[in-house]
Amino acid sequence: MDLDEIREAFAFFDGWEDKYRFVIDLGKDLPNLNDAHKVPANLVRGCQSQVWLLTELRGGRMRFAIDSDAQIVRGLIAIILTVFQDRTPHEVRAFDIEGLFAELELIKHLTPTRGNGLRAMVARIHQEAERTALD
Amino acid sequence: MASSLDISGDFPILVRQVNGQPLTYLDSAATTQKPQAVIDAIRRYYEHYNANVHRAAHLLADEATAAMEAARAKVASLIGAGEARELIFTRGTTEGINLAAACLTDRFEPGDEVLITEMEHHSNIVPWQLLCQRSGAALTACRVTPSGEIDLEDFHAKLGPRTKLVALGHVSNALGTVNPVAELVEAAHRQGALALIDGAQAVQHLDVDVGRLGCDFYAFSAHKLFGPTGIGALYGKAALLEDLPPYQGGGEMIEHVSIERTTYNQLPYKFEAGTPNIAGAIGFGAAVDYFSDLPCQALREREAALVNQAVSHLKQIPGVRMVGEPRERASVVSFLIDGGHPHDFGTLLDQQGIAVRTGHHCAMPLMERLGIPGTIRASFALYNSATDVERLVAGVEKAIEFV
Repeated sequence: MDLDEIREAFAFFDGWEDKYRFVIDLGKDLPNLNDAHKVPANLVRGCQSQVWLLTELRGGRMRFAIDSDAQIVRGLIAIILTVFQDRTPHEVRAFDIEGLFAELELIKHLTPTRGNGLRAMVARIHQEAERTALD
Repeated sequence: MASSLDISGDFPILVRQVNGQPLTYLDSAATTQKPQAVIDAIRRYYEHYNANVHRAAHLLADEATAAMEAARAKVASLIGAGEARELIFTRGTTEGINLAAACLTDRFEPGDEVLITEMEHHSNIVPWQLLCQRSGAALTACRVTPSGEIDLEDFHAKLGPRTKLVALGHVSNALGTVNPVAELVEAAHRQGALALIDGAQAVQHLDVDVGRLGCDFYAFSAHKLFGPTGIGALYGKAALLEDLPPYQGGGEMIEHVSIERTTYNQLPYKFEAGTPNIAGAIGFGAAVDYFSDLPCQALREREAALVNQAVSHLKQIPGVRMVGEPRERASVVSFLIDGGHPHDFGTLLDQQGIAVRTGHHCAMPLMERLGIPGTIRASFALYNSATDVERLVAGVEKAIEFV
């Protein structure tokens, strides 16, 4: 599913229930990370949910493998990946992810409450993109 | 339910809507909402008699000082402290425990032990770890049973002649367990150890009498008792406080200062360096006034009945697993739901206007002992109603459909 399809789906939702069912379903389709990769080094610490993140650069584009122990977070990761996966570090840094989450009315998941794993994950993706761009 | 027992109207925030739904606030173990009387008292202070306390020679300062010291007397009397000077104002429970740990450090040496339990809030663990790092003493934790209670056999096994201090939560913030602190304080004293009680979760739900408990210190916060954040109190026995070194240095805590030497102020000011949280103290006093005028016994019985109802209804929902089933419980219902992470259910309940907390509740060693990453925690206060229980149960049933 690409970003246009997600936007289209969100436009039809009538209330929070449709929206969260959809997000949870997106999460169910997100590939699981192999347990071998769920190690402290790949952990983005969050107080409430855990997120594991692997990145690599292939042919100038960033590849991400991300997983979480919370289903809603997995769904939100799936949305984030539609705009970050296989993009150049420059594109990753330039994309306004907060703007997208505001548009989809999911912004509370990216606000700086204590232990928000998703916000920490986006920060780590930006760091990686910055570091990769410098290499 | 008799209307005289419905005090929710005293709390302006409770009529708010969240996410388009009426608010069911079940996060009072994190912080309670504030009644109008407390909000008004703080506002009145800033509008009519804001001044620094204990010093200036003018009327506003006299009024502010009188109000702050009246608040101290009210708070002291609430917990049965014999004298107001045994009541030190702090930023909250956390600072109270840190104050005690800082001032006790010199009494510890290698070979000494601090005994806590695995059930403690991080605030009643980390200050003791720091004390041990400074002094060379050792920190020991007594086990918690699978039902979420202190393993008394293990407590008595670990309490010994080397134990110099026992630090215990009165009520577990994560599970709601009411601990038999009077009995454990007595055991500590028999070994010659001091006893500190973390009362953060207890003061609203239990009658606290430090005289009856016999503890040497009792730390608690205003904001879990309908008062403002940023203010709390540490009770300490007068003779012990007299004997301790000061906590922080500065204004207010001194009697006389020369460059060579300082003599310290009397209790409790010796432990209150700097301009205190005057508005907070006055708000704390107003909260105690509000609380003391309530039909507490009847309200606590009603709250306990609501908590029991929540437990028994949640248990009947397939997939719900209670975390901790203590014999005596106050305010807190902790649970897990199969098939989803606590954070998922927290989000799905929030969408329905139900405020709960999810996570490890600042009690990671307890979560580790119970073998879980965290829980969903609904915590009740005296203003909750049967409607809140119904909405919680219906909210959980609905959330389960999503995962």
